[in-house]
Amino acid sequence: MQGVAITRHTLTTALGAGRAATLAALRAGRTGLAPKSFIDARLQGWIGEVDGVDAVVLPERLREFDCRNNRLAWLALEQDGFIAAVAKARARWGAERIGVFLGTSTSGLLQTELAYRHRQPDGSLPEGFRYAPTQNTYSVAAFATAAFELVGPSFVVSTACSSSAKVFGNAARMMAAGLIDAAVVGGVDSLCLTTLYGFNSLELLSSDICRPWDAGRRGLSIGEGASFALLERESDAPQGWLLGVGESNDGHHMSTPHPEGAGAIAAMRTALASAGLQPGDIDYINLHGTATPTNDAAEDRAVAAVFGTSTPCSSTKGATGHTLGAAGGVEALISLLALEHGLMPGGLNVQTPDPALRLNYLRANRDAPLRKILSNSFGFGGTNASLVLGAA
Amino acid sequence: MTLRSMFIQGVGLFGPGLPSWPDSQATLRGETPHQFVPTVLPPPPRLPPAERRRAGAVIRLAMAAAEEAIAHAGVDPQTLATVFSSSGGEGSNCHSLCETLASPDPLISPTRFTNSVHNAASGYWHIAVGSRCSSTSLCAYDGSFGAGLLEAATLMHANAEPLLLVAYDLPYPEPLNSVRPLPDNLGVALVLTPTPNDRSIAALQVEPLPARLAAAVATCGDASLDALRTGMPAGAALPMLQGLARGLDCTPCELVLDYLPQLKLKVRLAAPAASHL
Repeated sequence: MQGVAITRHTLTTALGAGRAATLAALRAGRTGLAPKSFIDARLQGWIGEVDGVDAVVLPERLREFDCRNNRLAWLALEQDGFIAAVAKARARWGAERIGVFLGTSTSGLLQTELAYRHRQPDGSLPEGFRYAPTQNTYSVAAFATAAFELVGPSFVVSTACSSSAKVFGNAARMMAAGLIDAAVVGGVDSLCLTTLYGFNSLELLSSDICRPWDAGRRGLSIGEGASFALLERESDAPQGWLLGVGESNDGHHMSTPHPEGAGAIAAMRTALASAGLQPGDIDYINLHGTATPTNDAAEDRAVAAVFGTSTPCSSTKGATGHTLGAAGGVEALISLLALEHGLMPGGLNVQTPDPALRLNYLRANRDAPLRKILSNSFGFGGTNASLVLGAA
Repeated sequence: MTLRSMFIQGVGLFGPGLPSWPDSQATLRGETPHQFVPTVLPPPPRLPPAERRRAGAVIRLAMAAAEEAIAHAGVDPQTLATVFSSSGGEGSNCHSLCETLASPDPLISPTRFTNSVHNAASGYWHIAVGSRCSSTSLCAYDGSFGAGLLEAATLMHANAEPLLLVAYDLPYPEPLNSVRPLPDNLGVALVLTPTPNDRSIAALQVEPLPARLAAAVATCGDASLDALRTGMPAGAALPMLQGLARGLDCTPCELVLDYLPQLKLKVRLAAPAASHL
């Protein structure tokens, strides 16, 4: 594929709001995870909650979209001049020529979970409950489309934890086909009870902080996050490049990765091929690295099969937590930060490296000029997506 | 720039009063009035026993439509990339999870949680047919069929590889049904190929058009069928399926399908050979 310019990007996670706060936390090796609960969930574990989401007030004209997921989206959109950058793109390309493709897994489902606690005597949902702008999976893209006053193609990709990586592919294809000149991509997933209790029911939630690549890793820590990137057909001053996209399916099991990472291997190879690159061209790999025993083992084998074991790599989920449907976008943009600042972020929380895992896993930050990064995102239902990102 | 033509090789249809693609022809052609007969979802025979036990309504609906399209097309499903699109996945599963999570002791079933992901149908399908081809799962609320068709056409333009498009929607039980009323289950599936062959039914070209430039969205004629078109997100496909059922007697058929309030899809149906010139 032809490289696509990323002209503005921003991300908000438990590490902080915006790029500067994220970079500072990565440089300091600070985690955003904390040993606490969410609402009244009686689960022991660590959570990557974004500060200040509850206090966000949506603009009057967007008030119907009010829910935790769209508040988190708005908090992220207000950082790093993103809204102004989209307005400028709209003036340049036209509102009909800009697409909106966002990933989420649970959208505003928390709103419905809470509404079920306050059902009226006849069983109906509380007065004022709004389904389409909050619970529906499309809500966050409808919200962003309305916020930016765009009228181009838009949809949500919801393929669990690969959602917001795959949207980069949707935008690139639509741009290549000439249907659009620019796109807002990324993803938003916010904390809710379904995912906390759900991952707990599958025994994939760690009671300890998540420890990707550790011998004693016992599962993931859930976080929330939002990421937005503006892709444009042309730019004089890109912040980075989308160079390649690879997508595949395991066709193996709904909630367990293929043991040899067969689908993951296909996604990485396709991403490299679409970028016209060889494995040796990649300077650093941002792993999916959820810290479940099976993910890290399968991903270690898959990456080794494609790259060998010398390419530096790490998972940043020890810092952000697993932001689920937002993870692909969050990690693509952490990869862009890494490219811009020559920083390979070390993976946090490793006490005892797993001797069975063979990759060159970084446990401390490493500074080096970086040109190209591969970012992996894998999800339930066996969906895999790999992105290749390049320095400006 | 227009998207390259693709070719419809198989159709699956499963909804109220639309029991299958062949058995819906007379209704779609307007020869017999549409009658709203609620759907009964068949079990998915292709799934391994463990997955079949866990397969809820959303899996059974999407797979019923997909299986029919595959059989009609006579293709090996293992070779097909897939685009799944739905407004909301399995309503009864969502309701059950929300009820449990509102209770004092919210221990939820791992199967219910796994089946709650929007891409559950796609995940089960790829397991059933043993496919590692790429797959996506989309949502655009009432525009979910349009989103799926546009993405299918874009993928075809980019990769020129055969693919399976499945659009499916299921109703919620109360209390969610009151805030998102959907009358029944509806699934539509198309097998699409980049080049015509002797099994091709029609050539299909898709063009997104701003609502301000588009002609009026095509309707179904039959009032009961048109209520499905407007009442079910996947129903947006029905005018196009009517064009196919009528044997393209309007060739070349141009009609506008609903997608988003601000954006419609102009689709052009033609005989597969004619469009190849």
